[in-house]
Amino acid sequence: MFQNDRLNNEITLFEKIKNLDYILVTSVILLSIVSVFVMYSTDGGEILFHTKNHFVKLSVFFPLMIFIAFFNLKFWHNFSYVFYFLVILLLIWVSFFGIKSSGSQRWLDAYLFVLQPSELMKVAIILCLAKYYHRLKIENVNSLTSIVVVLSIILVPIIFVISQPDLGTSILIASSGLIILWLGGVKIKYFIYSFIAFLISLPFIISFLKPYQKLRILTFLDPDRDPLGAGYQIIQSKIAIGSGGFEGKGFLKGTQSYLDFLPEKHTDFIFTLFSEEFGFIGSIGLLLLYSIIIFRIIRIGSISRSNFARLFCFGYAFAIFIYIVVNLSMVLGLLPIVGSPLPIMSYGGSSMLATMIGFGIVLSAKINHKQIIS
Amino acid sequence: MIKSKPGIRKTDVINRRMFIIGAAKIVVFAGIVARLFSLQINENKKYLTLSDKNRIREWKLPPTRGDIVDYFGNVIAGNLKVYQLHIIPEQVENFNYLLLRLKNLLELSDKKIQRINKLKAELKPWDSIIVSENLSWSQFVKINNYLYDLIGVKPVMTISRNYPFKEAYTHVLGYVSQPNEKEILENEVVQERFVPGMKIGKLGLEKRLENHLIGTNAIQRYEVNAYGKRINQLEHQKGEQGLKIRLTVDTEIQKACGGLLKGKAGSISVMDIYTGDIIAMYSSPSYDPNLFLFGISQDEWQLIRNNPLKPLVNKTLSGLYSPGSTIKPIVALSALENNVINTKFKVKCTGKMELYGQTFHCWKEKGHGWVSLKNAMKQSCDTYFYEVSRLLGVDRLNNTAEKFGLGKKVLGEYFDIEKKGLFPNTKWKKNNLGKGWVLGETLITGIGQGYIQSTPLQLCMMTAQIANGGYAIKPKIIVDNNPLSFEEAKQSMEKGLLYDTETKSFKDKKLFKDKKNIKIVQEAMFSSTNERFGTSYRSRIDDPRYQFAGKTGTAQVKRISKRERELDLELEQIPYKDRDHALYVAYGPYINPRYALSIIVEHGGSGSRTAAPIAKKLFKLIIDRHDLRNKQSNFERITI
Repeated sequence: MFQNDRLNNEITLFEKIKNLDYILVTSVILLSIVSVFVMYSTDGGEILFHTKNHFVKLSVFFPLMIFIAFFNLKFWHNFSYVFYFLVILLLIWVSFFGIKSSGSQRWLDAYLFVLQPSELMKVAIILCLAKYYHRLKIENVNSLTSIVVVLSIILVPIIFVISQPDLGTSILIASSGLIILWLGGVKIKYFIYSFIAFLISLPFIISFLKPYQKLRILTFLDPDRDPLGAGYQIIQSKIAIGSGGFEGKGFLKGTQSYLDFLPEKHTDFIFTLFSEEFGFIGSIGLLLLYSIIIFRIIRIGSISRSNFARLFCFGYAFAIFIYIVVNLSMVLGLLPIVGSPLPIMSYGGSSMLATMIGFGIVLSAKINHKQIIS
Repeated sequence: MIKSKPGIRKTDVINRRMFIIGAAKIVVFAGIVARLFSLQINENKKYLTLSDKNRIREWKLPPTRGDIVDYFGNVIAGNLKVYQLHIIPEQVENFNYLLLRLKNLLELSDKKIQRINKLKAELKPWDSIIVSENLSWSQFVKINNYLYDLIGVKPVMTISRNYPFKEAYTHVLGYVSQPNEKEILENEVVQERFVPGMKIGKLGLEKRLENHLIGTNAIQRYEVNAYGKRINQLEHQKGEQGLKIRLTVDTEIQKACGGLLKGKAGSISVMDIYTGDIIAMYSSPSYDPNLFLFGISQDEWQLIRNNPLKPLVNKTLSGLYSPGSTIKPIVALSALENNVINTKFKVKCTGKMELYGQTFHCWKEKGHGWVSLKNAMKQSCDTYFYEVSRLLGVDRLNNTAEKFGLGKKVLGEYFDIEKKGLFPNTKWKKNNLGKGWVLGETLITGIGQGYIQSTPLQLCMMTAQIANGGYAIKPKIIVDNNPLSFEEAKQSMEKGLLYDTETKSFKDKKLFKDKKNIKIVQEAMFSSTNERFGTSYRSRIDDPRYQFAGKTGTAQVKRISKRERELDLELEQIPYKDRDHALYVAYGPYINPRYALSIIVEHGGSGSRTAAPIAKKLFKLIIDRHDLRNKQSNFERITI
């Protein structure tokens, strides 16, 4: 054990590079390449604004991921709370000085780019809670104080995000946080009780929803009630995916997106365009690529010796899974429309930044998987 | 080891819980794959159709109307290339400048400019605005010369209805124009094929035969984007021109009718006495139907509407006139058929007849003396016919008259404006006026005055049926699928039968009891035109090739007062409105007759002076064209 500890601390750069998880890195590179091509297709087969920006972001954030991976895992452990509080500060900053766009205030002007702190919170909360449960004794997991503390950790950012308003991101933050609670060992009956309580209070929650959010739920239940208005996005998205068929319409041949029938094709509906052009086969391939990424992250978690790394990897794997499920369910008409990007594929810097930070920490856990954090 | 136990326990908890989540993940991913499968594989067809519906839009183009030709194949309603001017707003750099240029080039009115601006605001920027529907050639050339300066302007060649014989056929064909909303909804075929700018039949055969003439739309398929802008053309599907319809009419004769009635209000109808073919049917005055194609100007419309000779009324079909003396052949025939009189029966005409204290005047004040049927017909003696109808009674007269087509529509299925006229009887008066029939009314009915009302076409058909030996014919204006040649028709008539196109069998169409009686009436009509003292003797033609038999008629439009009778005014001295209508019915050639005609000149004075001379001029032409018509084979078969 002591030997190991010493070994870990004296790990060389060469060994770090050698210990990188190449399956994960390759998958991320593959995904990035696919995303650039799809972005090229959304630009109508030309290298325009979105393609250029997406490529630039990838070429900045991918090295950032490797850079993060080379930090000692202990650094991330020590940095967790700071990172969480920094993001909270950014959220407070946004609620005062954020950029307003189409009725919500989510963004910060960082001169070079526009930052959406709520996206960073998706990673920060996992990091923060992983550390908390890593340090918490198993006997105290179900104590009142610890439950109150973790619930506050989750609720504080959610209050800020929901008031932006941004329902989609707050749901993702909440589920990322709750999964750590689950992994940390909070009693299953608590989950069941709160789920029942949630169901009972659902009518009250709905009455607090904004009119456009209610409309989205109604539209989800029956998209045809307003096919040219609220239901338009989901109807057109289903048409695009359905018309793709087995093989798809071919690269750059998706009529639904080319002729502008698809809404928000760069961001939340990027999968629709992909699925229209590459069909069932392409979609399964993409899901497979995501599955490999998730599986690798879980695998890294399970070989990690520290519970911090384990909790973070499992939590992050679940978060990625949730992002994908929520996004795909939305474009496939299985869930109401909530704004949620598809990791790496969707256009958007903050989302990509957060995802790459997460991957970086996972890679760092891989490099330092023998490390024990006291 | 003990120390590390809780750590191991914690790891176990995490791993166990991870396993549960992992299982859930697989289930959820499987669900998403299932959903993808159902959308992309199972329902692929449905969504592919929806996607095509999204991206492909069809543009219907106006269909090309079928031609209408006369018996000889001359186009009387055709299609003409016209030049239109369109503006495509999104291609225009400076709209106001362009309008200014066009205003100067085409002399557009301010109102028109306003309309264009209004359209521009209403339409999508890529929808074309029609500036002018019908550019003249010189305007078209001018526009093409300045095209470099008129960016966004598109000269377009398209097809429009055209009536080459102008006013000659207006009352037969009607005209086409842009339909209003009601007219579109009324006709399912029009509703289905309607496109803006399309014109439909508004009147006459153009309206009646709309569904045959209309043709099918050409269809252009375009790929469009979500905003409806055309991206590229995928397909062009040609439309089919509407049916070509051949009429029985002869343009030369139709035009001659127009010439003969120039400046007069009236009507001429010419009919084949065996086949029922309408050779000509002209109502005067007429108007140019081409004026309506692109919207008639207010001034021109007022000119037509306010013309005292009423060009808008189709006098042949919906003009109701007292037949006057032209009814006398029917009165004579009815009396003969009912054995009320014979050829030896004579009446003494003293110029008037007294009945129950009322005086009934003959047109000749001095009277005709003792007259037989032949002389009475020849000189149109009213007293003779007063006496004959008194003996005959109105009901028996009505019976014969209705058999010969009076009081019934002649072409009713083709012209909804056709009137059926009236031939009164005692029952009619009781039912409609609630009063009993008075014998005096029988007397004036016998000379074609009183309640009796007939259309010019009815009088023509009546004459045709006397001329062909007393057989019922079915007049027609469209050459149908199996036209009966005149020989076939004549032969079957001589056998006492007539081919019926509806039941496709030979039927007994005799209108008489004794063929001899028809002959007597025919001879009487011959003498009226071809013997001295005959009312139309002056209009006779001696050449047996053209020789015709006829009967004049002068229909009073108002009761003649005693004072007026004493004054015996000249035509010019009577106000136009009060002048008598001049009528003439005739058939010819007398030997082997072929054609019957009826002529009416409103307020023309007397039949012998105004109407009969027209017949003389017309008969020469009709008979000269007879051989030509016979030689004309039935070159086209159509089904209506």
